[in-house]
Amino acid sequence: MAEITLKSLAHTYLANPQSPQDYAIREMNHVWQQGGAYALLGPSGCGKSTLLNIISGLLEPSSGEVLFDGEVVNELPPEARNIAQVFQFPVIYDTMTVYDNLAFPLRNVKTPEARVHERVMEVADVLELTSQLKRRAKNLTADEKQKVSMGRGLVRDDVSAILFDEPLTVIDPQLKWTLRRKLKEIHQRFQITMVYVTHDQLEASTFADKIAVMYEGQVVQFGTPRELFETPNHTFVGYFIGSPGMNFLDVFARDGVVWAGDTALTVGQGVRDAIEKATSSNIKLGIRPEFIEVHTDPVEGGMSAQVDHAQDLGTYSIVYLTLGGLSLKARIEEDQMTPTGKAWLRFPDERLGLYVDEYRVEIDHE
Amino acid sequence: MNKVYNNRAWWLILPMLLLVAFSAVIPLMTVVNYSVQDVFDANTRFFTGTEWFKEMLNDPALQAAVLRQFAFSLTILAIEVPLGIGIALIMPKKGWQASAALILVTMPLLIPWNVVGSIWQIFTRGDIGLMGWSLRELGYGYNITSNPVDAWATIILMDVWHWTSLIALLCYSGLRSIPDAYYQAARIDRASKWAVFRYIQLPKLTNVLVIGVLLRFMHSFMIYAEPFVLTGGGPGSSTTFLSQSLTTMAIGQQDLGPSAAFSLIYFLIILLVTWVFYTAIMNMQKDNNKGA
Repeated sequence: MAEITLKSLAHTYLANPQSPQDYAIREMNHVWQQGGAYALLGPSGCGKSTLLNIISGLLEPSSGEVLFDGEVVNELPPEARNIAQVFQFPVIYDTMTVYDNLAFPLRNVKTPEARVHERVMEVADVLELTSQLKRRAKNLTADEKQKVSMGRGLVRDDVSAILFDEPLTVIDPQLKWTLRRKLKEIHQRFQITMVYVTHDQLEASTFADKIAVMYEGQVVQFGTPRELFETPNHTFVGYFIGSPGMNFLDVFARDGVVWAGDTALTVGQGVRDAIEKATSSNIKLGIRPEFIEVHTDPVEGGMSAQVDHAQDLGTYSIVYLTLGGLSLKARIEEDQMTPTGKAWLRFPDERLGLYVDEYRVEIDHE
Repeated sequence: MNKVYNNRAWWLILPMLLLVAFSAVIPLMTVVNYSVQDVFDANTRFFTGTEWFKEMLNDPALQAAVLRQFAFSLTILAIEVPLGIGIALIMPKKGWQASAALILVTMPLLIPWNVVGSIWQIFTRGDIGLMGWSLRELGYGYNITSNPVDAWATIILMDVWHWTSLIALLCYSGLRSIPDAYYQAARIDRASKWAVFRYIQLPKLTNVLVIGVLLRFMHSFMIYAEPFVLTGGGPGSSTTFLSQSLTTMAIGQQDLGPSAAFSLIYFLIILLVTWVFYTAIMNMQKDNNKGA
């Protein structure tokens, strides 16, 4: 059991890194608390797996420190770290039975056979592998193999954390649900720190209490799924979380009016003040498609927009709009009227986010 | 997609059948033909039935050659397989060292059999051969033309030198195909180096090793040019292997009937051993499947 701290950690695969782009992990600080269920979410190539391999010790970071319970473990190889890792593709020992596979990590450290048996039976019971114990691991299905891989992590009682590197990639969709629930159950039962790497926001939010969103080698936001959805800290989080992602409008203030392209936006005083205060020219207003009010008739404070087309997704539709030359998406529930030709939009102030240089800026709504 | 059943498609294998008949079946039948007859000339021949076969099976010289042949093949397999695996394990995995090692290891395989024989023939000479001269200078009376032990050891050494590379290359490619995740998982499971070899590397090498062992067995069982050039089968008949006995009989003595019978027996031995070995390995894997 351990709290994992990353202290000014950075990693590069190059010998002579020149710019921040050369880093797979840019300098970061992070704490994974003991017993938490975390997800590390991000697109392919953002450094998720690199970070995971640094925690497990398969990679040594170029700079910074990894601490387990306050102790620096940089120099320790994976075998000395008491960490279990489950890989994208199930790793099993072909020639062994399921039982021997599960017993392998314990036998490697010369655990008494009675204790091995006890642990294996317990873990097999949790993973519903008891009836398979005598089978050769080679002939299991992909999901059973992945369960065996997980089991090898769980079987050790000295394990401080289990790291999952996109473990459900090769699993059938229906089974994904079951396995994910199983993981959650295991987490609640054993209270082990779990870090789950994925690029699937649904997988992340069903598994984890808190999600770290990674982008270009940095953790851009660490929060609950709800926080990520409602108050994304970075434009990337807004864009990556939610389906479709957040709308971002490049805006500027002139003569006391907020403009998006050639259209004046109807926004509250607080938003306008914040925009006027910003010193950068990279200012964006973000609003989730779910929160845009779409009206088929002119309304008080409504901005008129062009309706390009609508996409019916069953229980809701996505309407593609053009406002002042900028494209927007809005989500409309099935009981609402879908506009055609022209629509009038309203942005509720409390749902607007202001992003200066890609990071969220607090708005004082009075 | 609809599957069309049309038995006329069998005609498509006709060209292949003709080709195989011409290149393999008909020549083989000629051998069968010779093995059951005593042929004097184009018009005079007698049917002998199984007589040649009986004679061959009871010939003490041939029996000795068969035993010698088995001793030789099993010895070189026992040396080349572990050695080949060992070399594959220590070969560099990347960079220019990997390419250099590959070229170096492949080199002996590119040398023709009789050239290998000649190289070693010179190498082992007491007057101008590096090995022969060195051993003598060290005080050992090394002589492959008079000492059967020296001759045997040299032929085995020569075969190991020539062919271990094949096993090493096959294993090297087998090892390269193991994904990194297996090694990483093993580290996390705190597996020892031996456990990694026993439970990850060796199981993944099974298939290439089956091929390697079969090839090496068949090859070594038919070995001819190398010992022929090196020792000429001597001293005495201590290094006369099966193919050399056969050649002496068929070409040297023109005993076509007995040699034909002997060829067939030779062929059946190789077929039988190969089949037994292959079936045994496949059965081992099948047992695995059943979880026995």
